[in-house]
Amino acid sequence: MSIAEVNTEPQAGQTAERPLIVDDFSISVATKNGSGSQTANTTLLRALFKMGIPVSGKNVFPSNIQGMPTWYTIRVSKDNYIGRRLHAEIVVAMNPATALEDHQLVEPGGVFMYADDIKIPLNRSDLSYYPIPVKKIASENETDPKLRSYVANMVYVGALAQLLNINLSDIEGALLYHFRGKRKPVDSNMKVVRLSAEWVKANLPKTDPFIVSKLNLTDGLIMIDGNTAAGLGAIYGGVTFAAWYPITPATGVADALNEYLPRLRIDPVTKAPTYAIIQAEDELAALGMVIGAGWAGVRSMTSTSGPGISLMAEFTGYGYFADIPAVIWDVQRMGPSTGMPTKVSQGDIIPAHYLGHGDGRHPCLIPGSVYECFEFGWRAFDVAERLQTPVFVLSDLDLGMNQWMTKPFDYPEEPINRGKVLTAEDLKKLGIGGYKRYRDVDGDGVAWRTLPGTDHPAAAYFTRGTGHNDEAKLSERTDDWEKSMARLARKFETARSIVPAPIVDQVEDAEVGIIAYGSTDAPIVEARSMLAEAGIKTSYMRVRALPLSHAVKAFVAAHKRTYIVEMNSDAQMCQLVRLDMPELATAVRPCNHNDGMPLTAVWISGAITDKEKSK
Amino acid sequence: MTTLPVVKPVSPAPAAAAAVKKVNIIGLERTDYKGADSTLCAGCGHDSIASQIITACYEVGLSPERLIKFSGIGCSSKSPAYFMSRSFGINTLHGRMATVATGALTANHKLNGIGVSGDGDTGSIGLGNFKHMLRRNVHMVYIIENNGVYGLTKGQFSATADVGQELKHAGRNELPPIDLCLEALAADCGFVARGFAGDPKQVVALIKAALSHRGTAVLDIISPCVTFNNKDESTKSYAWGKANDERINDFTFVAPQVEITAEFEPGESKEVELHDGSRILLKRLDQGHNPTDRYAAMTLLQQAREKQMFITGLIYVDSSRESLAEHENLGDVPLARLPNEKLRPSKDTLQKIMASMA
Repeated sequence: MSIAEVNTEPQAGQTAERPLIVDDFSISVATKNGSGSQTANTTLLRALFKMGIPVSGKNVFPSNIQGMPTWYTIRVSKDNYIGRRLHAEIVVAMNPATALEDHQLVEPGGVFMYADDIKIPLNRSDLSYYPIPVKKIASENETDPKLRSYVANMVYVGALAQLLNINLSDIEGALLYHFRGKRKPVDSNMKVVRLSAEWVKANLPKTDPFIVSKLNLTDGLIMIDGNTAAGLGAIYGGVTFAAWYPITPATGVADALNEYLPRLRIDPVTKAPTYAIIQAEDELAALGMVIGAGWAGVRSMTSTSGPGISLMAEFTGYGYFADIPAVIWDVQRMGPSTGMPTKVSQGDIIPAHYLGHGDGRHPCLIPGSVYECFEFGWRAFDVAERLQTPVFVLSDLDLGMNQWMTKPFDYPEEPINRGKVLTAEDLKKLGIGGYKRYRDVDGDGVAWRTLPGTDHPAAAYFTRGTGHNDEAKLSERTDDWEKSMARLARKFETARSIVPAPIVDQVEDAEVGIIAYGSTDAPIVEARSMLAEAGIKTSYMRVRALPLSHAVKAFVAAHKRTYIVEMNSDAQMCQLVRLDMPELATAVRPCNHNDGMPLTAVWISGAITDKEKSK
Repeated sequence: MTTLPVVKPVSPAPAAAAAVKKVNIIGLERTDYKGADSTLCAGCGHDSIASQIITACYEVGLSPERLIKFSGIGCSSKSPAYFMSRSFGINTLHGRMATVATGALTANHKLNGIGVSGDGDTGSIGLGNFKHMLRRNVHMVYIIENNGVYGLTKGQFSATADVGQELKHAGRNELPPIDLCLEALAADCGFVARGFAGDPKQVVALIKAALSHRGTAVLDIISPCVTFNNKDESTKSYAWGKANDERINDFTFVAPQVEITAEFEPGESKEVELHDGSRILLKRLDQGHNPTDRYAAMTLLQQAREKQMFITGLIYVDSSRESLAEHENLGDVPLARLPNEKLRPSKDTLQKIMASMA
């Protein structure tokens, strides 16, 4: 019997008139945080992924260690739509505290699976109800009470596997991946999964239409989170110094550096590490160290989130004015202030771009996928060293902390570009007076630099955030100041052509343009299909960096109305686009939403449809 | 291919020349260590210290190209521009010298570092960064030019001002001072000394020894502010310093491989070996302070603080703790000198990682 036959076989108890819904639904698992449900959830996600079905998983979690409500949503999509959906068809209620609301939010005609000790009124006639004796099955299998709650999560994995037709061998494979091949925990978890599946088979007739069926749409793909991708990208960009301070949701970047650098950057001969990672006393210190290291000639980075960015303001401005390379990886979360530390936002666009007092605009790279987290991870160092300035990479919590499918990362195709550095040999050739630190010899705003320790009497210069002339000497002369700022303005224009260009899908006859960036790419792809079905043709430009490319202006000019879709309350990118092209400002329309959750395609298409009605 | 002639940092004076210029062990003249003209007030203690830094570096034969000068913001922090122009320098942010130095000296741990900070810079805005740097034990000399007053902002009290001190505009200080030597000791600093800008000989000896320390060496040097805090009754004034300076010890710094010529009577001296093989030959003075005893050092500082005594000398020395670069196990090639091929791991390593995630 083939797998396809198994998967499409009508289940016992299924209502005859309801057609099967195959590989196209969402699951939401409601638990308490700290209960160990992550293992269960990522196991389900990976098992589905290994069955060749496009999936996305999103962890909706509190800023807390143990006991507060947490939801994990898995979207299964044969059409490859991996954006978040507002509600799920299948809800697994494991947390009595939220069960009442979880029950109300199940999509009509959906499934409510619950731990059978949860007592709430089950009063919806449209749902399929599956009570699961979680405690009974768990305690029969695990005598250690400490492990019982962990193992309890495997009960719903087994139950879902049975009801949805997820292969147990794929569950086992996912557990082996999770436990890195360790047989013992895999076996103890699998025992519970099998027992639970058997119990469901024997006791619960299937009354819902949802089912998974093997596809081949994930062949050759991997699953990874954006923070790990960022760390790996930085490593293949030659990161040599990193300083960081723990902060949600950015800690995973440093975790990845700590995991992979010891494997990849040990000198094979001397066995000494060719990198250093320092956990700083705060974010201010972290960027201070990074600036010091970048100034001294290593590829250095820090990773942080909004509150850290605030603390880094003074050093960022310093690096801008003193021409010092640094990479600041910002995994954006909801602000202002402590905000919602575990919720997503794209609220650091303007703060990061303009960070610091006085004048100053900083290049920002904005990855829209985990693939680009890797790519911008290495590219950011080339940009920072070529421009000799702090460079931000603006990821976000959704991209950074959740698992995403991606094609495997490609090895950087370009050689490392360390920018304009003069050696002692170069200085000899230049002769006395030939080197001036801040002289713009190439006219691109980027001057040549020397590194501390360069063994030549003319190598040294004195770096300062105070006014300086092109010889790096202290100067409060008005003409020197204006010269410095004019050079930095030239550098900013140079940056336009160095940072990643936008990705454009321009549709003929489309009156409507959509500009977006970062993690909203996934729901936008789906929203455009919905809009097209409703008769609204759209072009799409995904901006990947600041300063904005000249192509942005051309895109706006080519459409009657361009909506800037983003996750912040101030319509930050919309403001920046309007500033860049005041003559087209009325054609640029905000389309922003900021509630801490990733945007959904339904919201985007609905918002644009509404705006189009009242255009 | 023709090779360019090697340019020496400075050409030694020809032997035949009538007046042979005086050079140090690496063939440099004292003028090779000079900096830009100072813009500080005439008579400022900081200028005296800059001069002693030049003397110490010249005399020990430190290559200017092998030194990085660091500072924060303030009068003191301007002074790295006034010594050793052939050395790289970085005037950082207010209170943040420690962080930049930590990064730079990890990027190139083969270079020497001298940082010049002030009491506002280190004792207030940068106190946290200061202590964390000491905890990490970054290899550098950390000089605090301590005058108890904010100069550039025209005369506010700093956190090191003694109780009862009076300033023209700020009035009387009632809050207890922060003793930066005590703070350094509490943060496990292995080289803690106090000096007085009015005692150049001691300052030179302290800087020389500090340069040989393994890790951060803290020199808290009382450096009078002639404009805002030099009234005779101020504990940070020249007059007070000259009248009340109590040297807790007298010592000679002996460079590695140099034979000790006894200056002191046997039994009166104590030898402390530093990590690079150099030695400090201490003459015990009346107090009999043992600078290798951490508790004694803390007690001494606490007593001095309570009695407002102005003690100077080497308060504590212990070279046993590894520096940050040693802790990080950094190799002989500084990170900043790694060739590109050592920066990017090979293609097959990425392919293996990708395969493991499939």
